[in-house]
Amino acid sequence: MTSAQVFLALIAALFLAPLAVGVLTGVDRRITARMQSRLGPPILQPFYDIGKLLGKEPMLANHWLAFCSFLYLAGAVTSVVLFFLQADLLLIFFVQAVGSVFLVIGALTVPSPYSQIGAHRELLQIIAYEPLLILVIVGIFLATGSFKIEAVYAMEQPLLFKLPLLFLVLGIALTIKLRKSPFDISASHHAHQEIVRGVYTEYSGPYLAIVEIAHWFEIVLILCLLSLFWSTGVVGLVLLLGITYFVEILVDNTTSRMTWRWMLGTAWITGITFSLINLLWLYYG
Amino acid sequence: MNMLSKFLQTSRIKSPWVLHFDCGSCNGCDIETLAVLTPVYDVERFGIINVGNPKHADVFLVTGTVNHRNKKVLKNLYDQMPQPRAVIAIGACGLSGGVFRDAPNVVGGVDKVIPVDVYVPGCPPKPEAIIDGVVKALELFAAKS
Repeated sequence: MTSAQVFLALIAALFLAPLAVGVLTGVDRRITARMQSRLGPPILQPFYDIGKLLGKEPMLANHWLAFCSFLYLAGAVTSVVLFFLQADLLLIFFVQAVGSVFLVIGALTVPSPYSQIGAHRELLQIIAYEPLLILVIVGIFLATGSFKIEAVYAMEQPLLFKLPLLFLVLGIALTIKLRKSPFDISASHHAHQEIVRGVYTEYSGPYLAIVEIAHWFEIVLILCLLSLFWSTGVVGLVLLLGITYFVEILVDNTTSRMTWRWMLGTAWITGITFSLINLLWLYYG
Repeated sequence: MNMLSKFLQTSRIKSPWVLHFDCGSCNGCDIETLAVLTPVYDVERFGIINVGNPKHADVFLVTGTVNHRNKKVLKNLYDQMPQPRAVIAIGACGLSGGVFRDAPNVVGGVDKVIPVDVYVPGCPPKPEAIIDGVVKALELFAAKS
């Protein structure tokens, strides 16, 4: 990459992508409201929420919370920047994992039972989707022969035709990561008074805003991974992302939250079975 | 800088997250308060979200009479809310203690324990009146900052 390309990639990774996801979240809330026969908030509501939180008085139970929220953001931002610089997929995966673990560490530093239970539920979510992400990355390696993102862009056929089942597996990981039903075990977008928001209990004001922005970066990363499945054309890519996201909203509004045992069982059994079938087919086919 | 502070000001008005505390009410006011959050009134169109956590809340809705047992809880919840914040007392009991004001265990209205910004009268107040109260509190936010 030339230095001008690197500069453009940095601008896109640091500003354009999170802003786009902010708008996408607003559209998501609006469509969700319509599906529940409500009017819904303005499209820019996520930005108002962030702005308000940033303007609040900082109030902390201990300093680890601030430290952990910043590291969560740093992990998420670094993984997205690495993706836009077309780095190694495995490296991106592990940087992302480090970031999301710091959210849990922050919640665990406070003895509040809400925060503790919330942190455990978030950990269970991480356990549920991390193997699936690794399997997807292994599938991309088997299809392209490299962990580099450049290798995917060098393909002539979209990856979707080679890895259709792994795309579904990534869909499960996306549902968990987007905090959508039936996998909204920790931090749903609907249940604001319940224990599922436990992991956010102790983050307040500007630190909650930082956690929310970091979450946007995580969504950027997962959508970027999805976009790898249609790397040959912009129209197909946008269509694929749009349809996938709409299906996510539909699933969120038509299913109910299940227990974490069910989540682990379903995510692992369907995810690993689908991945194995796809990988074997790729290996011997 | 000016544009940024303007944006912060707008978002403060556009995104009030409310915390609802039943301070020994008969549940009449609570039913009306929660009715505001249903699809019929849908206050999410104003960015209002009912959070169960004082650390995330901007507006504090209190219903019912304050007594000697729960006044500590009320004060504790208020202290955990970061600035800027607004308190709305809802219903006759929250305003003055209502019909229970002379009872020996009753302290009185919410303003005996924490400062109240907006009073919403009624027994119980209509959901429209509660929405009006929250809008009044948001105007105070704009004036405060």
